[in-house]
Amino acid sequence: MDDSKIKIITEKCTGCTLCVRICPFGAIKVENKKAIIDLSKCNLCGACVDSCKFTAIVLDKGSVAKKDLSAYKDVWVFCEQKKGVIQTISFELLGEGKKLADKLGGKLCAVLLGENIESKVDEVAWRGADKVYLVDDARLKNYQDDSYTKVLVELVKEYKPEVILCGATVMGRSLISRVAITIDAGLTADCTGLDIDPKERLLLQTRPAFGGNIMATIITPNHRPQMSTVRHKVMKEPELDKSHKAEVIKKKYNDNILSSRTKIIDIVEEIEETINLSEADIIVSGGRGLGSPENFSQIKELAKVLGAAVGASRATVDAGWIPYSHQVGQTGKTVCPKLYIACGISGQIQHLIGMQSSKVILAINKDPDAPIFKVATYGIVGDIFEVIPALTKEFKKILKK
Amino acid sequence: MNIIVCIKQVPNTTDVKIDPVKNTLIREGVESIINPFDTYAIEEAVRLKERFTGKVTVVTMGPPQAENALKEAISLGCDEGILVSDRKFAGSDTWATSYTLACAIKKIGAFDIILCGKQASDGDTAQVGPGISTHLDVPQVTYVKKIEEIKDNLARVERMTEEGYDIVETPIPCLFTVVKEINTPRLPSLKGMMRAKSAKIIQWTAADINADPKNIGLDGSPTRVVKIFTPAPRKGGEILKGDTADVAKQVGTLLKDIII
Repeated sequence: MDDSKIKIITEKCTGCTLCVRICPFGAIKVENKKAIIDLSKCNLCGACVDSCKFTAIVLDKGSVAKKDLSAYKDVWVFCEQKKGVIQTISFELLGEGKKLADKLGGKLCAVLLGENIESKVDEVAWRGADKVYLVDDARLKNYQDDSYTKVLVELVKEYKPEVILCGATVMGRSLISRVAITIDAGLTADCTGLDIDPKERLLLQTRPAFGGNIMATIITPNHRPQMSTVRHKVMKEPELDKSHKAEVIKKKYNDNILSSRTKIIDIVEEIEETINLSEADIIVSGGRGLGSPENFSQIKELAKVLGAAVGASRATVDAGWIPYSHQVGQTGKTVCPKLYIACGISGQIQHLIGMQSSKVILAINKDPDAPIFKVATYGIVGDIFEVIPALTKEFKKILKK
Repeated sequence: MNIIVCIKQVPNTTDVKIDPVKNTLIREGVESIINPFDTYAIEEAVRLKERFTGKVTVVTMGPPQAENALKEAISLGCDEGILVSDRKFAGSDTWATSYTLACAIKKIGAFDIILCGKQASDGDTAQVGPGISTHLDVPQVTYVKKIEEIKDNLARVERMTEEGYDIVETPIPCLFTVVKEINTPRLPSLKGMMRAKSAKIIQWTAADINADPKNIGLDGSPTRVVKIFTPAPRKGGEILKGDTADVAKQVGTLLKDIII
């Protein structure tokens, strides 16, 4: 019995190969002028269904009876704090959350967990939060998977948000995945675009896949809340409005909710002279072209003048020239600063994946055929040991340093 | 010590090319590899076995050809490979995938540590590891860069953070997702390759792992892909011409608004 959810109606198929080209999983081929789907590769994404001009492909997306989801309202932003400081990613999400809340006709709410953090309510209110769910307890001082998950789950069950946004940070990704499983909600990671389908009240979540080679728009039709994580610097921080006030809802929970199986023994900070890569507006990165670990000093000096973070290619990290925490690329960090300066980096695909969504890319390399120039906004073909000092001097002049 | 490693077979990114005319992904002839982050999980599992003795079971959910990834893991020192494969799993999002893997792990039985790569290189979600630990109701530590010590049913590990790292203590059994910094994976040994060649991969279907049909595949996935498109590729820009001093001046003018 053919129980597959996707079918080709062979009478309608003309063998035009449109579907073959659109399939991101390489699961369709045309034989004897008829399309055939390799079901072991097919992910039922439906891209082919939309591409077919002859309605020859049908996909049964599961016709579950629509649940009543009307009890869910408002847009929540999980506000990440470390040592009582709200992280900038949360402000960026408040900016985006406000737009979504307006389109849904709901309120923008901030969730704030920590110890002695009531004083931070204004910071989120000034950035648009109409309501703040505040849980202030010594046991929430530092992030713990168990306690944070249980508190957020309790809040969601009681107040039923329609949308939850969370930073795609170490904390955010660990926390929100657990919450999504526990409350049986849909979660989409690393969204680069968010919008609302006002008729169906759906959150349209667009995200890159395969290192940005393809984009997918994802919805959560039948589960609430609709949950997304977003990376640093993808959304804009809102303007400050110091007259904006938020209603504060303080919650207390018992030991059962606030306990954690894991225990934090120590928190170690080891960022050198540099700024957190994912939060940086400007990143200066060095590659194998530097020739030796000592030459990273030139990268660091340029970065210092610009107030930038220092990045590195995988080759330099593997060679032990600079710690792994600086690595940009597929097995390192994905960044999207306003300006990325690549010095002596050839631009292997694994590196490009990590930085090609930067707004402006300046590349310096002595090889005019280096792949980095294919993505660079501005390229300089030349010796980095001449160009970097010249740039450092020029930037000093502009910044009057 | 019973260690379980969850891996995923992914397309080798270096092979993914964009058709310059049609602007679509060329998937023909793309090699499949073990997700790069999972290779660190495999290595760490084998190292734990070497330290504490025990057994490493490697499990994947995927199409029949994912058997190759399991064989490779065996060549690297894992003892047993389990392929969870069923057409009913098609269309699984991270909710359904983590449910399915959790069901498989329940069938494997008692374990001390589950290891996963921090994320897969094709989906990049980092959601399946935490999803599995939630379905199994065991503690987790994500982004682990070092397992410091394990004794008296407690593990002390370092979790990489944006600013440095946290030292975290967790009871066992538990789940870790690991980052690249944790180790340098070994190459397969000749003996390992011979073992992999003759190894029998265990195959489980949805029914074998007692998965609830409501929770697997498309039906078990809260999210739906509604559109897939190829973004316009980033265009290379302008190559600045002139001597070094001149080029530096041009850069200054072009980037002034960003750097100030």
